[in-house]
Amino acid sequence: MSFFLETLAGGLLAGVMYALVAIGFVLVYKASGVFNFAQGAMVLCAALTFVTLRERGIDLWLSGLITLAILVALAVAVERVVLRPLANRPQITLFMATLGLSYVIEGTSQLLMGASVHELDLGIPDTPIELGPIQLSQFDLAAAATAGALVIALSLFFDRTRIGLSLRAVADDPGAALSIGIRLQTLWAVVWAVAGFVALVAGLLWGARQGVQFSLTFVVLKALPVLIIGGFTSIAGAVVGGLIVGASDSLAEIYLGPLLGGSVSTWFAYVLAVAFLLARPAGLFGERAIERV
Amino acid sequence: MTRSHDFLAVDSIEASYGQAGPVLRGVSLTVAEGSIVALLGSNGAGKSTTLRAISNLLGPQRGALRGGSIRWRGESTAALDPADLVHRGIVQVLEGRHVFGQLTVEENLRTGGFLRRPSRRQLADDLERVYGWFPRLRDRRSAKAGLTSGGEQQMVAIGRALMTRPTLVLLDEPSMGLAPIIVGEIFEIIRRLNREEGMSFLLAEQSANLVLAYADRAYVLESGRVVEAGLAADLATSGRLGEIYLGGAATATRH
Repeated sequence: MSFFLETLAGGLLAGVMYALVAIGFVLVYKASGVFNFAQGAMVLCAALTFVTLRERGIDLWLSGLITLAILVALAVAVERVVLRPLANRPQITLFMATLGLSYVIEGTSQLLMGASVHELDLGIPDTPIELGPIQLSQFDLAAAATAGALVIALSLFFDRTRIGLSLRAVADDPGAALSIGIRLQTLWAVVWAVAGFVALVAGLLWGARQGVQFSLTFVVLKALPVLIIGGFTSIAGAVVGGLIVGASDSLAEIYLGPLLGGSVSTWFAYVLAVAFLLARPAGLFGERAIERV
Repeated sequence: MTRSHDFLAVDSIEASYGQAGPVLRGVSLTVAEGSIVALLGSNGAGKSTTLRAISNLLGPQRGALRGGSIRWRGESTAALDPADLVHRGIVQVLEGRHVFGQLTVEENLRTGGFLRRPSRRQLADDLERVYGWFPRLRDRRSAKAGLTSGGEQQMVAIGRALMTRPTLVLLDEPSMGLAPIIVGEIFEIIRRLNREEGMSFLLAEQSANLVLAYADRAYVLESGRVVEAGLAADLATSGRLGEIYLGGAATATRH
């Protein structure tokens, strides 16, 4: 029983890490209806910048601040150079633009900072601690706490601030938002900057977990089933989706793996996502359009 | 009439969408300060396009102004974006209401107030003013706007526009799909806003009868051209309207 619990808890904690990446997608998708393929590249860019600064001997918090400043600058540049000229184009055009953007960000990051694997130490020990009958990684718990704090901060941002309310308005009906004088360009820059901040948090935690390297961009692939299950438009959905994917992944690996010859976790989440697409295409928390008859 | 040129002056504008042919073929009209002007015409005559051109909202529909000029208080609007125009006092209530369905009624109204960067206090005062005109919205303030009735949604859309503190409101088909009694209620509020607050209105409508009772002047559009213009009272009694855009032709039955 305690083995089951430990597997479950480990899976849930891993799921929090998936949720962190998925939240970045939700933000941009909500504000502009675009699946931002470059989110993975932003995670890599953030982690790589941070680790490079750290290796130069710069203080932990200062490195974080500088990286954040770079990501905000990146967000403003993306709005100016990519999004603004493509305004009023079909969403598939914007999606393709983010695909191109992801190569630019990846390539530039590696060109400037190298492609070798960096070790990232955030000063959080990765030793197990006993919680009743089960053992959990201290690092995973810290990551979960960080993600929880981030989700609360984002919810407050969207519910309580004017800019958050404007963002929800734009997500709901961009044409109407434009008609009452909401400046879409400003909001896009803001939302990309917030997505950059989320990418920074995700990049640091994932980077500390598995080393800062090119494969960080592949966390995107794990975020996709999370989004399908939780819904593309809900931060709560991203969290719940992440937990479901994390838990089912590790349980399937342990209990289903031996029967099927192993490595179940590479595909199990996708099968789950397909099941959700059939049963609940908007995801668990996705907003279905309110239709009046 | 000389003052009208200091307010809104639309001078022979032409507009089209994408590669398609022109929708507006030289529309000219003026709105005098403090007046209610009706823009009449059948479906597809170019009423919405005219309003969108004035608000610089053609872009999102992949449309563009191809000729002519629009001046607001003497200034050309060509280089202004929609937010600039709202800031200068022109706001549009889109056809089909377009409330933010997932937001509450009050959140919808608040979004209209942000452009001016008001203090908390000012925003609360503006909200009270809108609730004063539309008491019905106060009762529904925490309902999701998408779940309110059609009439309430139209009030939300107008109230949200009023939160920008406009001097000219462009209303696109405010009566569409609403019960006559609700339409009457909305037009009464428009008249009060006009008389008590000095707000000007440009109302695009298909159904001429009611709007002519409230308007000072009216223009009739047909296939992207102004075919009739004058005092609303004259147009209402001349009997020319039925001829013009119901045409007496068999096409009228389509509506």
